[in-house]
Amino acid sequence: MSALEVRGVNKRFGGLQALNDVNLTVDEGRIHAIIGPNGAGKSTLLNCFVGRLTPDSGTVMFHGKSLLGIQPHQINQAGVSRVFQTPEIFSDLTVLENVMIPALAHRDGIFEFNAFKPLRRETEIRQRAIDVLEDLGMEDKTDMIAASMSRGDKRRLEMAMGLVQEPKLLLLDEPTAGMSRADTNNTIDVLRHIGDSRGLTMIIIEHDMHVVFSLADRISVLAQGTVIVEDAPEHIKGNVKVQEAYLGGAH
Amino acid sequence: MLGLSRNDFLLLLFVLVLVAAAPIFLNPFPEGSEFAQFNAGYPDLMQRFVIFGIFAIGFNILFGLTGYLSFGHAAFLGAGSYAGVWMLKLLTINVIPAIVVSTIVAGIFSVIIGYISLRRSGIYFSILTLAFAQMSFALAASVLTPITGGETGLQTALHDPRILDGASDGAGNIPAPSLFGLEMKQSWQVNVGDWLWTFNVGYYLSAFVLLIAFYIAIRIFRSPFGMMLKAVKSNNQRLSYTGISPRPYTLAAFVISGMYAGLAGGLMVAMDPLAGAERMQWTASGEVVLMTILGGVGTLVGPVLGAGLIKYFENIFSKINDNLLHQWFAFMPDGIEDFMVTIIHPFVGKGWHLTLGLMFMLVVVFLPGGLVGGLSGLYRRVFQRRSKAQ
Repeated sequence: MSALEVRGVNKRFGGLQALNDVNLTVDEGRIHAIIGPNGAGKSTLLNCFVGRLTPDSGTVMFHGKSLLGIQPHQINQAGVSRVFQTPEIFSDLTVLENVMIPALAHRDGIFEFNAFKPLRRETEIRQRAIDVLEDLGMEDKTDMIAASMSRGDKRRLEMAMGLVQEPKLLLLDEPTAGMSRADTNNTIDVLRHIGDSRGLTMIIIEHDMHVVFSLADRISVLAQGTVIVEDAPEHIKGNVKVQEAYLGGAH
Repeated sequence: MLGLSRNDFLLLLFVLVLVAAAPIFLNPFPEGSEFAQFNAGYPDLMQRFVIFGIFAIGFNILFGLTGYLSFGHAAFLGAGSYAGVWMLKLLTINVIPAIVVSTIVAGIFSVIIGYISLRRSGIYFSILTLAFAQMSFALAASVLTPITGGETGLQTALHDPRILDGASDGAGNIPAPSLFGLEMKQSWQVNVGDWLWTFNVGYYLSAFVLLIAFYIAIRIFRSPFGMMLKAVKSNNQRLSYTGISPRPYTLAAFVISGMYAGLAGGLMVAMDPLAGAERMQWTASGEVVLMTILGGVGTLVGPVLGAGLIKYFENIFSKINDNLLHQWFAFMPDGIEDFMVTIIHPFVGKGWHLTLGLMFMLVVVFLPGGLVGGLSGLYRRVFQRRSKAQ
């Protein structure tokens, strides 16, 4: 069964056709990678899924419901979480608080006036946040102010914020950029483990082919705003069209 | 205790001791001594300390937590004041309905103004709130004269209906606001040696309300709701991608701080049943911003200290005049004495705003965290040095 159905999505920025009739089907419980050269429209496509951009035409259906024309927080509440490329974290708050906020959002919905319950009595939420941070190897950083962390740690924090919500669909925009090799491998293991154990659907944008080929069940190649190939990983490597897109052989 | 962590409970106790003992330690100079005019322990001023403290605590819930800088909070203070006087005129001279109703009326006002202003953020939000407050001020001073008393202001009168407790005290005097017969202006004076301490009913009622207001503020700061407000300040965009709608959170914070302002307005008229339009003017809105920044934005106790400091300087510095300066510098040779007086003259009396401005500049430049930020930095430095030495 398909979790996400993208049909005929177009997006134009002035004279630039950023997305040109994009079609994409992501099956439930699969890890779907979107690769492509710089400027191919990968991040633009992802922005269309979370309500940051509205496509000029086309449809984006998530489990039969349209994701277009609704607010970002409603998309998130429908079960779509996004891990951003540049870390979008609450830099003035501690790491633990950063993870507790999405966990509370998952439990309480878009608004809850719980102004008199002490935060430290939210033991369940707190424990869940700590568990996710442990999965990502950040349990010793819970009380750090988020702004003071390294870029790689911020990326892992981003991922914890997405995972703690137990989304139905997780969108990962270059999740390992800026991470050391060891952290990258650890992240692959975590994502693999979560994908297998929870059957979580993921869309992952990535430049690092090591990450792509270790994780993806299926790969779409995007070039100049269009999906040129969609296939299983073993068929992508040798594909002539893909090589042309990356090496510029089209000319 | 009381649902607070140990540190927060100690902070509440600290504020309790501070306000309870204020009549004593605010009068450090013996009566009749040269410095007696620097004593701040008289009812009128102490009432203003705590009432503006409440105003600033509420303002800090909006500005300190969400970062939304309102320049129109005096409108809620004024709306609360008018509502309070009307309660004293129509219902009863007992202050409880006045205080409660002024809080509610300010709450309703802030729902309307907040709903519209919060459609924008940053400087546009500030301008919108300022515009609303100035509109309220202009309306109160002119068109709404039947309700607000216009430029003369609204006050209690001998023949007010007061449907619950009758027209007047029978002796032909306008009755004074009271708490079940205990008049707000009633005071007990105690002489200890050369010192004179004044314990005033109105002050202790206001101080009691301040403690409740402070306690509620601590609970809000430490709640999941408070954390969401901090998240609004930190990264508003991210919050919506996390599944949270920031608007209802900011509106709730706006209304809570508006109700604090209304509560302060209600207490003001409970102490002195007179409300004028100037209470809504932008200078009054600006004053609470100064108090909060001076004390420490986003800290719990900062706004209370900032309010106390500004009100103290307003009263004390403005009292100093040239005669007094000549007395102080009388020990100097004549030429130098005149010179000193000329230099200090612009900073005192009517020029006390100059001193306030300088003080504000110094704090903003050298203590970005306000007084509380500065003090805790000092504490940490001393403490760390000591632990290093060991």
